[in-house]
Amino acid sequence: MPRAFTRSLREAAFFVGVAFFVILAAFPFYWMVITAFKQNSDLYDVTNVPFWFNEPPTLEHLTYLFRETLFARWLLNSLIIGVCVTVITLVTAVPAGYSLARMTSRKGEALGIAIFLTYLVPPTLLFLPLSRIIAEFGLQNSMWSLVLVYPTFTIPFCSWLLMGFFKALPPEIEEAAIVDGCSLFGAFIKMAIPLSLPAILTVVIFTFTLTLQEFVYALTFVSSSSQKPITLGVSTDLIRGDVFFWGEIMAGALIAAIPVAVAYNLFLDRFISGITGGAVK
Amino acid sequence: MAIIAEPVTKPVSRLHFMLDRRDVLETILIAPAIIYVLLLVGLPLLLAVYYSVSAYTIYNPTWQFVGLANFAQIIENPNFLQTLSNTFIFTFGSQLLGLVLGKFGAFLLLRPFPGRKLVRALIILPFAVPVALATIAWQWMFDSLYSVINWTLIAAGILTREEAPNWLGNPHLAMLCVIIINAWRFFPFAIVIFLAGITAIPQDIIDAATVDGAGFWRRNYQIILPMILPIVAIGLIFGIVFTFTDLSIVFLLTMGGPVGATSVLGFAGFQTGIVSGDVSHGAAISLFMLPVLLAVVIVMLRFIRRREI
Repeated sequence: MPRAFTRSLREAAFFVGVAFFVILAAFPFYWMVITAFKQNSDLYDVTNVPFWFNEPPTLEHLTYLFRETLFARWLLNSLIIGVCVTVITLVTAVPAGYSLARMTSRKGEALGIAIFLTYLVPPTLLFLPLSRIIAEFGLQNSMWSLVLVYPTFTIPFCSWLLMGFFKALPPEIEEAAIVDGCSLFGAFIKMAIPLSLPAILTVVIFTFTLTLQEFVYALTFVSSSSQKPITLGVSTDLIRGDVFFWGEIMAGALIAAIPVAVAYNLFLDRFISGITGGAVK
Repeated sequence: MAIIAEPVTKPVSRLHFMLDRRDVLETILIAPAIIYVLLLVGLPLLLAVYYSVSAYTIYNPTWQFVGLANFAQIIENPNFLQTLSNTFIFTFGSQLLGLVLGKFGAFLLLRPFPGRKLVRALIILPFAVPVALATIAWQWMFDSLYSVINWTLIAAGILTREEAPNWLGNPHLAMLCVIIINAWRFFPFAIVIFLAGITAIPQDIIDAATVDGAGFWRRNYQIILPMILPIVAIGLIFGIVFTFTDLSIVFLLTMGGPVGATSVLGFAGFQTGIVSGDVSHGAAISLFMLPVLLAVVIVMLRFIRRREI
């Protein structure tokens, strides 16, 4: 009897622990959702219980967001930036990752690590000189400056990720193609790329989410509202003077956060294996 | 007779010949990535170093060399010393908290239970969502008047409305808030890293230890922890680098305040270099990150090398 008791006690403690972590992680998001759909009179009344709707939910904040603010424009900007950066990243990182994976000498290994280390050079160290370089290109205060700058961290990250994937691809497949009359370059285009499409898809997703998450460069280089990407727009532009429009801000944050959260959950394992670079064998 | 083996003599262009040499092709394929990174990371890094020893401002863009004068002026400023210590407190406080939470979370998620997939998906959220947006949500939760945290504490009878803290208005509490948000953001990453490490340990090693009489704590701290150390170290290095150089949480939540209590290096560099236009001093402030980054990189290279042996 006491044994069964301690066992169920232990079981209860376990689920209390799990519940603690779920609440800790997810409560701010619950809070976003409930704020986004609450009426203002409900939101700004300290006598109400804040955890649920005391008055019927409303779409007022969402419609305000799309009608009265540049929210739709920010979404479009983020989409354009994301697509352009993804294209630049694929064109440079896919060949680079392949090349790093197939280099047999120690030089290849060292080069791979060197490229990856540039991912660790922080934006807060580079933003001053980069803003000068952007001015030279005439891109100050334009979202195209972000298209130029974002590949500086997506290329190193994705080259490293792809290097790992291409290493897992047996070179015999390409060698067979070469024996069959394919050129070395042709083997890369016709064999290696089609076989690594899942890896390339992962890279596409991560490049896109990295551009959505970025804040420092966007804050530094873009100041006019109509050029802002979604993350920057929602977090800095919905505050008028000292007044915070919490319903609108939370609605905007929610819409921007959902796609990134879904993408991460689907591709998390690949992300971790990429970032730890085979520290686990 | 020898017809089968006769080579086909088709006109081969010089380009084709070049592309069929393995080393040439490898160089050509990797060149665009290297050039991009050299031009937009390597060159700016050198420029940042030069800015820090010049008198450059956006109002007076001169390249005049002033030696270490900028650094000397910065160190004499007591606000900067506070910023520097804030950065260390912020980084190590949040990493420690994140690691502890991560270890416990991983320990719980290791066991299969109904709904584990959903729980994992929810726990990952803080790491997945753009930090700027999450910070805004926290700012609303720490609101001086409508804070849900205060509301709960009052409703539970722990505090009265008069005693309710102004989270972002008190220097110590503001630092705590910044640390909590950053730890909150990184602990899912720590959980995933711990899980990846633990699941990679072959079960027979743990079984052998159990048979040899190792108990729960012994298995945990003398078998599992040393084996997952390399991967945890790499995760920690990422956490340290991205926290030490961050400015987004501080910028959105407290603007470095109240009275500089949460100012960190990245934020101070931004305020001086971008907002005030004093590029040379801003660059010098940012460069104080470099020693820490270099130390971290050296540790990281050690781990990568140890893995190979």
